[in-house]
Amino acid sequence: MATSSERSPPPFPDSEDQDVLDTEEVRGRDSDEDEDLFGSPSTSPVTGMDTTLTSDVSMKPPSDIMNDPLIEPMSSQTENKPASEPSDDFFDLTNNVSVVAAAATKSDDFVDILGSETGAQRGEVVKADVTVEATIDKSEVTAGITDPLSQQEAKQTSTAPVIDLSGDSQPVTSKIANPLVDLFSDAPPAAEAKKPSSANVDLFDDEEGSDIFAEPLQTKPAKQLQKSLFGEPDEDVFGEPLGAISKKPVPKEQKEKSVTTKVTAGGPLQDSKPANIFSQAAASTPSVTSTVNSKSNGVHSEEEGDIFAAEATVELSLDSPRNERKKEAIAKPSAPTPTSLPAAASLTKPQPPALEELEEEEEEEEEDKFDIFVSVKDPEKIGDGMNAYMAYKVSTQTTLPMFRNKTFTVRRRFSDFLGLYEKLSEKHGPNGFIVPPPPEKSLLGMTKVKVGKEDSSSTDFVERRRGALERYLQRVVNHPSLLQDPDVREFLEREELPRAVSTQALSGAGFLKMINKATDAVSKMTIKMNESDVWFEEKLQEVESADQQFRKLHALVESLVVHRKELSLNTASFAKSAAMLGSAEDNTALSRALSQLAEVEDKMEQLHQEQAANDTFTFAEMIADYIRLLGAVRGSFDHRMKAWQRWQDAQSMLQKKRETEAKLLWANKPDKLQLAKEEIAEWEAKVTQYERDFERVSATVRKEVIRFEREKTKNCKRQIIKYLECLLQSQQQLIKYWEAFLPEAKAIA
Amino acid sequence: QRKESLRSVSVDLNHDASLLIDIPDALCERDKVKFTVHTKTTLSSFQKPDFSVPRQHEDFIWLHDTLVETEDYAGLIIPPAPPKPDFDSPREKMHKLGEGEATMTKEEYTKMKQELEAEYLAVFKKTVQVHEIFLQRLSSHPVLSKDRNFQIFLEYDQDLSVRRKNAKEMFGGFFKNMVKSADEVLISGVKEVDDFFEQEKTFLLDYYSKIKDSTAKAEKMTRAHKNIADDYIHISATLNSLAADDMTANKKNLEKLSDLFEKFRKVEGRVASDQDLKLTELLRYYMRDIQAAKDLLYRRARALADYENSNKALDKARLKSKDIPQAEEHQRQCLQKFDKLSESGKKELTSFKGRRVVAFRKNFIEMAELEIKHAKNSVTLLQGCIELLKSN
Repeated sequence: MATSSERSPPPFPDSEDQDVLDTEEVRGRDSDEDEDLFGSPSTSPVTGMDTTLTSDVSMKPPSDIMNDPLIEPMSSQTENKPASEPSDDFFDLTNNVSVVAAAATKSDDFVDILGSETGAQRGEVVKADVTVEATIDKSEVTAGITDPLSQQEAKQTSTAPVIDLSGDSQPVTSKIANPLVDLFSDAPPAAEAKKPSSANVDLFDDEEGSDIFAEPLQTKPAKQLQKSLFGEPDEDVFGEPLGAISKKPVPKEQKEKSVTTKVTAGGPLQDSKPANIFSQAAASTPSVTSTVNSKSNGVHSEEEGDIFAAEATVELSLDSPRNERKKEAIAKPSAPTPTSLPAAASLTKPQPPALEELEEEEEEEEEDKFDIFVSVKDPEKIGDGMNAYMAYKVSTQTTLPMFRNKTFTVRRRFSDFLGLYEKLSEKHGPNGFIVPPPPEKSLLGMTKVKVGKEDSSSTDFVERRRGALERYLQRVVNHPSLLQDPDVREFLEREELPRAVSTQALSGAGFLKMINKATDAVSKMTIKMNESDVWFEEKLQEVESADQQFRKLHALVESLVVHRKELSLNTASFAKSAAMLGSAEDNTALSRALSQLAEVEDKMEQLHQEQAANDTFTFAEMIADYIRLLGAVRGSFDHRMKAWQRWQDAQSMLQKKRETEAKLLWANKPDKLQLAKEEIAEWEAKVTQYERDFERVSATVRKEVIRFEREKTKNCKRQIIKYLECLLQSQQQLIKYWEAFLPEAKAIA
Repeated sequence: QRKESLRSVSVDLNHDASLLIDIPDALCERDKVKFTVHTKTTLSSFQKPDFSVPRQHEDFIWLHDTLVETEDYAGLIIPPAPPKPDFDSPREKMHKLGEGEATMTKEEYTKMKQELEAEYLAVFKKTVQVHEIFLQRLSSHPVLSKDRNFQIFLEYDQDLSVRRKNAKEMFGGFFKNMVKSADEVLISGVKEVDDFFEQEKTFLLDYYSKIKDSTAKAEKMTRAHKNIADDYIHISATLNSLAADDMTANKKNLEKLSDLFEKFRKVEGRVASDQDLKLTELLRYYMRDIQAAKDLLYRRARALADYENSNKALDKARLKSKDIPQAEEHQRQCLQKFDKLSESGKKELTSFKGRRVVAFRKNFIEMAELEIKHAKNSVTLLQGCIELLKSN
């Protein structure tokens, strides 16, 4: 259990690597001298992977690519993986699923059988979805998609029972150790059970399927493969309701698909449909999930969440290779990606279709929100004097099965929020994730609160911070990977949280300084780095200029707030003065009109005040959020740069070791030569490891930036509309007030 | 800078068609503003029916002072002199803007400059307007319109070459004010014989302090609107450059918001200038007018005190049986003057009251209508922008 709960979820490292690999190959070619050395294979799983990588770097011989996916799952199955690469089990999942998928698509008779059986229709839909998923995954995982073939051959035997069982649709017998069997046997019965009676929730509840999910988990928690597969059937279950709606088209689709996947070219459009249905269903029916998983524990659901994450990342990662490809197509027509295409075609695994699907799914994903809503409420001062602190109620509303309850509330103090950020950024930052930052510590603001001044500035401060904390948490839980983090769950759920320590480092100016320092370092390194990827270069520039502009804008909006408050104040004093003038006026009608004017101005004052609050909380705070977030984005670039630096350092180290070896060879010292060779091997491993890391981080950063931009667009639009609607309301009020005043003015005689 | 002036807005005058005055043109030369005073008349006292003369601000002040000093007009509210043209504030701002040019984008700078030019123009127009109103007040007054100096002011086609007040005279004016204030305190002990004036006095004193306060507050409020309009310029410009750098779909959102703020600043600028014209100017003018009315009350109170003193002098003369006819004559003259002042003062103050109510009514209606117009404009802008964003 430890491994699973501890795993950080950088999903799909392999798939991510792929995009970068394409670009890295350019570099790989430049260093031809390495080639011969990479050729030496080793038996350990880790080095095995390295070999594949290095082979990629060195002109990418096809035979190596064939090896690559096969070796990887093996290595993870033996559980020899270091903790730093936990996502490999994920890879397992997809690989295994893809095997099934391949099997399914390969044997059309199997599909046909399913298609003819009306009872098993549901199961079929499920499988179709999985298949599509798998194809995407596969095409992603390896551009030179040679693995499925070998994979299929290797696992043909294991998939056979699956076919049988799903055909028989006997859930009870499916409680075999083989997780694949579980997957497929579960789904059809669920479907069948659902079909006769419409009360699917009840059925889902007492369905032994859920027990099946839970049981093996408890007994064999270490087996990643099985767990991750359990996630899959869950999702299939969500797929069910939608399948029920679109009963007829789906089987047809299925048949078509089974053909089209082979045709390769005609495939894409048809393929995309089931995939979409799948993802829609997953998104739209989380309520079913909760009932199904009500008995299961956290680990189980976490796995499921991973699949969500996987989906998200797959979609994202696909976008980048496309850009890559475009660029490469211009830059060098003989790029490695095109070379991988024929291979894909020969294997009837269409990559371009997958890409198109991806695009569609990407659009889809915009609406794909996790059904979780976090609010931060009721700021409360606890304690007195300088030891006082603010505590907030953090309420979560969710139907996600990973949480024990649907609604729960905990009390958290500000440093807890900072502590959470620190944990998250420590874990996910180095991997290139953009961890949403919390609001900075503010000594001045907090001191005012502590002193207990009940003036507007301190209430303003508390409200600002409350809002910022809420948005920060919402960003965290809306991030597919961060939501999976056990610390996030603990933060939201656990009654008592251990006091966060060393949040001091994050305090206000220090935090910003840190970011600035990091960016300085980054810009320095960039010069050295000779950035091979224009995308990153451009993005960094974009981010930096946006950061500057946002800061300027923030200052301007703050000054607008100041002026608006001034206006409000001045309006108030004019209103008072007008009232006095009215009382001094001896003409009754004019006196009345003046006091009416005073009333109107009083209301104006209120409006201006509200508007100032709107400027602050809706507009200025949005900008402040983005200044923080852009800092986080720059941080992710920095982490990428660090990974690069590490790789480069290792490479120069390797170079040194080789030189030593050459010297020893020349000096003819065989005793030391052995040691030198060992060292070279060690450093070779490190170089490949670090290069991999760098590529992984690069891919993650790229994905994260794209995600960030999409979220930004959406969020900005929402915020702007909210801001404008508030302005609109205030203007409409203003019209009302003046319209009411007009007859008073006319009545002056 | 040659600019057309606006017709008066602050004061409603009962125009006498026999003498129509306006200032169609004004020329600003450094510190001096040269007004072209245009007269159209059917009165035989003028040589021509239609003529224009160039006049400076100092000429207006001279005219005002001669009117105030004319004994015969002591019972009249002399229309307040127009304030000295003050272009310092926009000039200073322009200077500041020039200093801050480097921190702004070109577009931003241009807009700010435009805004300042508009402000400068507004001040200019207001200046012309108050000078025009001063002359129109005189022309529409039954007694003052017949004043010889006024007619010279209008007709004499050469430079009046009114001597600028020298330092001694400036000090003298200041001293005169001091004496007047001290005198006001002295004669305040004199028992008022007429309830109307007693009431009027209390009212005007109270009203003056109130309207002075209101004017200052309204000015501040208007300036705050202006500041917001200026903020909008910068925000719009910054949003625009943000949008220019943004390569994502967010570009459009930012562009739209930038556009909106650009339009908003115009609306807000109009709100500020209309409020200034309809509210602040009105209050400012009546503050000065009430001062003029107070001056009338002072002159009458002075006359009353003179009469009381002449009574005492007559009593003394009778007691001493010496110079009785002279004292009687003096007492008679004082009484006559006081009665005359009281009579015309009563008339003037009553008409002033009516004029004030009418002017307030007119301006309040106009202001409310303009506020509604601008707010509706904003609503349309906002709705359009929200729709665009939502449909995007």
